[in-house]
Amino acid sequence: MAKKNMIALILAGGQGSRLSPMTKVMAKPAVHFGGKYRIIDFALSNCSNSGIDAVGILTQFKPQELNVHIGIGTPWDLDRVHGGVAMLPPYMSEQGGDWYKGTANAVYQNLSFCDQYDPEYLLILSGDHIYKMDYREMLRKHIAEKAAATIAVINVPLEEASRFGIMNTDGTDHIVEFEEKPKHPRSTLASMGIYIFNYRLLKKYLEQDAADPDSSYDFGKNIIPNMLNNGETLVAYEFKGYWKDVGTIQSFWEANMDLLSLDNEVRLFDTSWKLFTRSDVRPSQYIGEDASVSDSIITEGCIVNGEVTHSILFPGCRIDKNARIVDSIIMEDCVIEGNVIVNKGIVLEKSVVKSGNVIGDGDKIAVIDANSVLEPNIRG
Amino acid sequence: MSKEYMAIFNLAEDESDIKALTAKRSLASVPIGSRFRVIDFMLSNVVNAGVTNVGIFADTNSRSLVDHVGDGKPWDLNRKNDGLFLFNHRLIDIANFESRALQSNMEYLFRSQSENVILTSSYMICNMDIRDVIRSHEDSGADVTAVYTEVENADREFLNCFTLEVDEVHHNVTGVGKNIGYIPNASICMEVFILKKSLLISLIQENARSRHFSDLYSLLLSKLNVLNFNAYRFDGYVACINSKSGYFKANMDMLRMDVSSELFRSKRPVYTKIKDEPPTIYVKGCRVSNSLVADGSIIKGTVRNSIIGRFVVVEEDALVEDSIILQNVQIRSGAKLSGAIIDKNVVISENAEFKGNEYFPTIVEKRNVYLP
Repeated sequence: MAKKNMIALILAGGQGSRLSPMTKVMAKPAVHFGGKYRIIDFALSNCSNSGIDAVGILTQFKPQELNVHIGIGTPWDLDRVHGGVAMLPPYMSEQGGDWYKGTANAVYQNLSFCDQYDPEYLLILSGDHIYKMDYREMLRKHIAEKAAATIAVINVPLEEASRFGIMNTDGTDHIVEFEEKPKHPRSTLASMGIYIFNYRLLKKYLEQDAADPDSSYDFGKNIIPNMLNNGETLVAYEFKGYWKDVGTIQSFWEANMDLLSLDNEVRLFDTSWKLFTRSDVRPSQYIGEDASVSDSIITEGCIVNGEVTHSILFPGCRIDKNARIVDSIIMEDCVIEGNVIVNKGIVLEKSVVKSGNVIGDGDKIAVIDANSVLEPNIRG
Repeated sequence: MSKEYMAIFNLAEDESDIKALTAKRSLASVPIGSRFRVIDFMLSNVVNAGVTNVGIFADTNSRSLVDHVGDGKPWDLNRKNDGLFLFNHRLIDIANFESRALQSNMEYLFRSQSENVILTSSYMICNMDIRDVIRSHEDSGADVTAVYTEVENADREFLNCFTLEVDEVHHNVTGVGKNIGYIPNASICMEVFILKKSLLISLIQENARSRHFSDLYSLLLSKLNVLNFNAYRFDGYVACINSKSGYFKANMDMLRMDVSSELFRSKRPVYTKIKDEPPTIYVKGCRVSNSLVADGSIIKGTVRNSIIGRFVVVEEDALVEDSIILQNVQIRSGAKLSGAIIDKNVVISENAEFKGNEYFPTIVEKRNVYLP
């Protein structure tokens, strides 16, 4: 196959257990987001917009929804003659087979996928994050610094720094130390889980790591420290922009609500860096005679006859007259009948909330499971 | 069943009463219903009947149509076997033999493996179960099946369409005429026909010698006395997009739940090209009611009883009512639109006013984006 300068691998095996029940039937990258997207659309669209046309997606946990969503990659322009998208689950070989034992092991098991493109650079991404980023700029810095590896970092508040992998640099963006979730962080540059490696060098490290029975087979815990110990040039690329790891229900809700301002940092409405996704063809949204919509994102196939304030509706929702949706996220094909209040709720896809129900108290986020039917509730 | 039937779109359509919208595009690719194009409906109808071989005979003004249908992927017509065939020769009608392009068109007909042809226009908007039409055709054993609809507003709509005289007992077509708008009740020919491919070829060949007819439907309907015509009555919703007022009405009809349910929410979806718009954002303070809004729009002002296309911006204090706004239009603050049709890429400047009504909507024509 034709040689590529840089190809990408997206780690999409994460369970995202803290996002339960959203991750009951799907991996975290497949979780719906922002009115019509799934979380992995961000990484995939970034690849597409950055001119990367060969992408492998490493799956492990409940990949069915993701497989269907990605298909042959057409929405992201990744159905290509040379390259395109490939789903890479763990597999059996003559020596037996293994689950992916860590991030580094997952990449190690797919070196043959990478080899067919003979790439100079390998871009490693997480499929879990919300951000828009031009990977070409990161590659430019990687090349200019003659780095062995470049790690994208983002400045986080000091009080949050101990939740992340922290890069300590020498003041010229050269990484001198990496600390995984330090108790007393000495820097606020958090790893975004985005790496560019010189492919042939990385291959050497991965092979060494695979031979080490005591390794955790993890980029942050093993590969990066090993590279630092060997005196390789590791460079931090500071990303200035919106980036969110929606790890919990709270941060998922917040990241969605972030979209509701017109100049939202996600740049959802910036058509020069479009976010692509797979979508069914549906009619335009209908806003009815008695509807009241404000400060909200609504999309195709919705029929709104009630009140929707500071909320996000996914495709095909029906909000009946006298229903009230506030500070909430209503996912695909839900029906919210009249005399229902959803106040700071997340109603997962294909649920039916019948008349009289009250979901959420406006304080703690209430989550309604997918495919639920909430029977009519006669309020006293 | 599907392989035995191919579909041919005859886009030699009368655009004389809707010129403002067809100056830069064919009637088939006029945007309608906030995110669709006219041809989407009939194209989806044939695809939903399992047809996988579709030939579109367009005229020369088809840049926008070609852009819209592309390789046919949204309709699942990007097929190795069969698929979408676009004939874009300098030819007005496939029965027009002045053009040498005909030869290649005939070759398409000869080479297609389907024995039968669904011959149709694009401008009758409906959600029709064409499998049912095929069943009726096969049961009747007739040479030709013609689809018609009974209307009560033929004095205002469906002008210049063919009318059929139908023997309701035997489901036969017994006569043909034109709707000149004198009487409200009429049986309007929907320009959907089913016939054998061999019959279509022989009709065209015969006309090539005699040159009696300049359009295909007149040629076909002239054979009423020699061929057996089965009449199929379509009882669903039909809108005829051959005039500005018809276009306006069809759009406004889609605000009715009964019409939009029938058109869009049946088991037979209407497909269209996907544009990857973000969802639409309704900014605090906007007021929107009884309107159809496509994705990618930003609504800050007031929108009532209107159809809003993709990537439309309605600024604060702008008022849009009883209007149709096509893709990529910006309506600046203080502008007032009522009974207006604003075509693609137009910027309505601050405090500008455009007023029309359902019979004479004011049309602001499509702007080329490179112009100031």
